[in-house]
Amino acid sequence: MSNSRITMKRIFPLLLTLLLITDKLFAQASEQAVPMADKLREDGKIWVVVAVIAVVFAGIAVNMLRIDSKLRKIEKELNIK
Amino acid sequence: MRKIWWKILCIVIIFYVIVMGLMGEVPHLAIINESIRNTYYHVALWLAMTTLLFASMVFSVRYLIKGRINDDDIASELAKSAIFFGILGCLTGSIWANYTWGDPWPNDPKLNGAAVGILIYLAYLLLRSSFEDEQRKARISSVYNIFAFAVFIPIIYILPRLTDSLHPGSGGNSTFGSYDFDNSIRRVFYPAVIGYILLGLWLAELRIRMKRINRVREEIPDSAGHVTH
Repeated sequence: MSNSRITMKRIFPLLLTLLLITDKLFAQASEQAVPMADKLREDGKIWVVVAVIAVVFAGIAVNMLRIDSKLRKIEKELNIK
Repeated sequence: MRKIWWKILCIVIIFYVIVMGLMGEVPHLAIINESIRNTYYHVALWLAMTTLLFASMVFSVRYLIKGRINDDDIASELAKSAIFFGILGCLTGSIWANYTWGDPWPNDPKLNGAAVGILIYLAYLLLRSSFEDEQRKARISSVYNIFAFAVFIPIIYILPRLTDSLHPGSGGNSTFGSYDFDNSIRRVFYPAVIGYILLGLWLAELRIRMKRINRVREEIPDSAGHVTH
C-alpha cells in the first residue's frame, strides 16, 4: 500500500511534465499546419505591393474628384441649385 | 449632398482598408489561408450593394408618395451603382471560389441566388429603357423596384441559409466571426463596408448630377427660340 503510494508520488510529476510538453507540441503542430504569409510580412517586400495599390487608388480618387469639380463648373454655368 | 467631406472620408477609409486589409492580423485558417483577407474586399461589396439597393427602394417609395421625378432619378442611379458592385462581387467571388472551393462557379445556392438577383435588377434597367413617357416610366419602374428588393433579400440572404451552401453561416459552416477572437477582422471589415457604400453613393451622385444637367439643357431654348431635344 505505502509502496504504491510512493511510486505514484514519483510518477505524478513525470506525467504532469509529459502532459504539458505534449500540449505545447500540439499547439505548435496546429500553428504550423496553416501556412500563412508571415515570412512575407516579416522580411519580404509586401509593403511595396501595398504602396503600389495605394498609388493606383490615389489616381482613381484624384480622377473622381476632378470629374466632380468639372460637373460643379457646368452646374454653375447652368445655375443648377 | 453636394458636400465634399464625405468624399474625402470615403477616400481615407478606402486607404485604411487597403493598407490594414493587406497588413493586419488575420485568423489562421486551413485552406483559406491568406485569402481570408478577401472578406474585406469581396464580402463588403455585397453588403454595400444591399445597402444601396435598400436606399434605392426607399427613393422609389418616396417617388410614389410625392411624385417628384428627382426621387426616381436617385432611385435608378443608386440601383445602377449597386448592380455595378454586384457584378464586381460575382467576378471577385469566382476568383476566390476557384482557389478555395476548386471551381469558379460551384452550384451553390448563394451564387445562383446572387446571379438571379442581378438579373432581376438588370430587368429593372431594361424596363426603364422601354418607356417614352417619363412619368409613366418612373411610376411603373418604382413599383417594380420595390418588388425587386422584396425578392432580392430572400434569394440572397434567407434561402441559401435554409439549404446546404458552401458559404459561411449556412449548411453547418461557421461564420468567420466565430474565428475572429480579437476582432481583427471586424476592425477592417466594417470600415470596408462603409467605404464601399460611400464610393457607391459618390458614383450614383455623379450620374444623378449628369442627368439633371442634361434635363436642364433640354429645357433651355436655343438661340433660334425653339426647344431643342
